[in-house]
Amino acid sequence: MFATHVNRISYKKFNLDMLRTSLDVQTIRKDFPILDRKVNGRPLVYLDNAATSQTPQQVIDVIVDYYSNYNANIHRGVHALSQEATDKYEEARKKIQEHFNIAKSHEIIFTSGTTHAINLVANGFSSFLKQGDEILVSAMEHHSNIVPWQMLAERTGAILKVIPMSLDGELEMDAYEELLSDKTKLVFCNHVSNALGTINPIQEIIDKAHEIGAAVLIDGAQAAPHIKADLKALNVDFYTVSAHKMCGPTGVGMLYGKEEWLNTLPPYQGGGEMIAEVTFEKTTYADLPHKFEAGTPNICGGIAFGAALDYMNAIGFESMAKYEKELLDYATKRLSEIDGLKIYGTAKNKTSVISFNIEGIHPYDIGTILDKLGIAVRTGHHCAQPIMDFYKIPGTVRASFSFYNTKEEVDILVEGVQRAKSMLL
Amino acid sequence: MTIEEIQEEIVDEFSMFDDWMQRYEYMIELGKSLPLINEKYKTEDNIIKGCQSKVWVHAELEDDKLVFTADSDAIITKGIIAILIRSFSNQRPQDIINADTDFIDEIGLKEHLSPTRANGLVSMIKQLKLYAVAYQTQLN
Repeated sequence: MFATHVNRISYKKFNLDMLRTSLDVQTIRKDFPILDRKVNGRPLVYLDNAATSQTPQQVIDVIVDYYSNYNANIHRGVHALSQEATDKYEEARKKIQEHFNIAKSHEIIFTSGTTHAINLVANGFSSFLKQGDEILVSAMEHHSNIVPWQMLAERTGAILKVIPMSLDGELEMDAYEELLSDKTKLVFCNHVSNALGTINPIQEIIDKAHEIGAAVLIDGAQAAPHIKADLKALNVDFYTVSAHKMCGPTGVGMLYGKEEWLNTLPPYQGGGEMIAEVTFEKTTYADLPHKFEAGTPNICGGIAFGAALDYMNAIGFESMAKYEKELLDYATKRLSEIDGLKIYGTAKNKTSVISFNIEGIHPYDIGTILDKLGIAVRTGHHCAQPIMDFYKIPGTVRASFSFYNTKEEVDILVEGVQRAKSMLL
Repeated sequence: MTIEEIQEEIVDEFSMFDDWMQRYEYMIELGKSLPLINEKYKTEDNIIKGCQSKVWVHAELEDDKLVFTADSDAIITKGIIAILIRSFSNQRPQDIINADTDFIDEIGLKEHLSPTRANGLVSMIKQLKLYAVAYQTQLN
């Protein structure tokens, strides 16, 4: 059993080295067992990657290995398994540090995902904001980067202001500059929009906010699978990521925070692991990152997150981005040929996401027919209702492509949409 | 016709189809023939929660029978409601309360019965039955 496992790993390593030079999609697809399954009697065409990505065998192996060989609680144990698990978990933190070019590993807080990470920061800012302070949000946020801040505004009396966007789905940077003032304390914006795919000019957003002394949180959930963000260069205050969008498991993610911010913010949850000393009179808190990591974390998830980064880096973000751009261009061209089809989000800079509708048809109907054809897309408001209100539509059909999708799958999608259209109109 | 007889009739109609496409095409046709709700009843209060598409249902008592009208902005959802309304409309509230909906499974739409399905078929059935309960109380 053990020998097979080792063989497989080394075989995969060999494969991945070969892949560095060019993206061999057919070989990559073999890493994802789920891509072989059938849905409603047809081969699965998985185009809901912006909701969650699929998991390669290399990451599944790491999860199985953890529960088969060294499952234990971390940081406190004196026994061998606990030590092994702790080492692997901390090794994963180092991998994240290296991947995102983060100055210090204790600036990385393991969270359950992006939502948890944003709530942690929003909660911490309760003690820093006062009545009349302003916080800025972009018009194209996911609800998870709106609601925690609305709650913060309610608690503190701070005012939430919105950076508007154009019909193309690009932020209006002039309006952003006008909104910034000495009242602005915080700016939060996604790196990439989940509903439209727009890549936002975050460097400019960060620099402009810093000029007036405001802090910036960038939600990197949709960017991380496509763009290797250099957090040191960006000089961002907070950056959040979910592992399940980038070939990792669900229920784990990270909050990056600058050391000085994390030291200033109060703890989010109380419990074990996050304390230095507890008496009934007073508790002192542990140092970073443990101050924000109360309770037993998602140990296996964290380790698998590290493995997912290894997997994606072995393929290479540059090759993936180049290939995904080809898929995006091809899909945009092919879908645009369908009469009555309108694409929402036509920013010059976007990731491989296409949100669309067909005139006279509800997105839910298209999604239902596509599902019968084995094609997985997302329909609805994509947890970004303000964007749907902006375009005055109930929702869209969203096809989101990953590096393991193919042009043939784009063709199947286009045929499926055409078939749905002829059935529904 | 009783609810049961109508449901048997629907099952018979659907048994003529060989594949899902024909079933869905028929359902879309049924959706187009749905007795439309009066615009004045398309209010927030009449929207059934739990649907990705909007669904409005209105119920009115005519003599001792309940008459349903409905609409949706999605056509497949409309087809599903049309099937439900055909089996429940013009029936006595007590019979609606007692009726089961196993025929949905028999006509090959089982997948729509999952409580987590975004079309909210389960919420629709619940809402129709709630109307029946409310009117039954009134009749008592």
